[in-house]
Amino acid sequence: MGKFTKKRGKATPEVSTASLPDIIFMLLFFFMVVTVLRDSELKVTNNVPYATELTKLEKKSLVNYLYIGKPVKKFQAQYGTKPQLQLGDKFSTISDIPLFLEKHRSSLPEKQRPGINSSLRVDGDVTMGIVTDVKQKLRKSGQLKVNYSAKKRPD
Amino acid sequence: MPKRGSRKAPEVNAGSMADIAFLLLIFFLVTTTIDVDKGVLVKLPPWSEDEPEIEKMKTRNVYSVLVNAQNQLLVRGEPQSVKDLRENAKEFIMNPAKRDDMAEKPTKAIISIKNDRGTNYKTYLEVYNELKAAYNELREEEAQRTYGKSFEYLSKDLRRKIRSEIPLVISEAEPTNFGEDN
Repeated sequence: MGKFTKKRGKATPEVSTASLPDIIFMLLFFFMVVTVLRDSELKVTNNVPYATELTKLEKKSLVNYLYIGKPVKKFQAQYGTKPQLQLGDKFSTISDIPLFLEKHRSSLPEKQRPGINSSLRVDGDVTMGIVTDVKQKLRKSGQLKVNYSAKKRPD
Repeated sequence: MPKRGSRKAPEVNAGSMADIAFLLLIFFLVTTTIDVDKGVLVKLPPWSEDEPEIEKMKTRNVYSVLVNAQNQLLVRGEPQSVKDLRENAKEFIMNPAKRDDMAEKPTKAIISIKNDRGTNYKTYLEVYNELKAAYNELREEEAQRTYGKSFEYLSKDLRRKIRSEIPLVISEAEPTNFGEDN
């Protein structure tokens, strides 16, 4: 017994915490990079087509996103398989567009408002009918700068 | 029961922790692609309630592209494939051979797209992309020829000048109601 109870009279050594800040910073950076990516959950299929003449949308705050595609599996029972419009994070109809645009517009200072872009993220398999209706509504609402979202075509 | 706490716990060497952390950081930096939103920029025409004035245009200046619900192209009355569209449009706009069935000059050329409601968006965008590419290539060629520099490196004024010499005019007609999938 005596063998095991021998005390050395020293405090238990501590695990070095010198690298803890590194780990924390790493996590911080990681989440900073990742969290800005998507602000709304996609409820429609969104496989944008390929194109070559692309322009980058620089200022994220000046862009509003309109998603068009077929509802994904778990919403098909409720919304069917027809192409639908998604504004923000919910299914919408064409007539919701003006309000959606106005909400976005009023959140920006007046100076920046002329620079607002609408990004149309349309699934490649959708037919032009709904796209045309959306475009027309955008024109009626005075939102003329539109960006058809596309991927760079791999060579 | 053996007495605990009496033995000295072995010290974990934390010196390499920072290296591991940086390794992970670099790994994530490399693998995560920041999703930049890219796309084909388009300016829609403003909406007006009045009937648009019907402008008489010479047929030679209009390059009409029809895309039907079967995603087939009809360019100036003849079927064509998307692949040839770019070269064909470029020839039409510049009219190097001065043919009398093509645009008088680039500023007069008008491209007209018309599609069905049943046209696939993918096809539509491809066509639009090709036509825009035709213009971009022409501007690039013009920049190379007159200034010996790439269009994107020219000064703002020169770019504007070239843009006004080869203006991008794409007119889109109301689509016809064919083949929408419902």
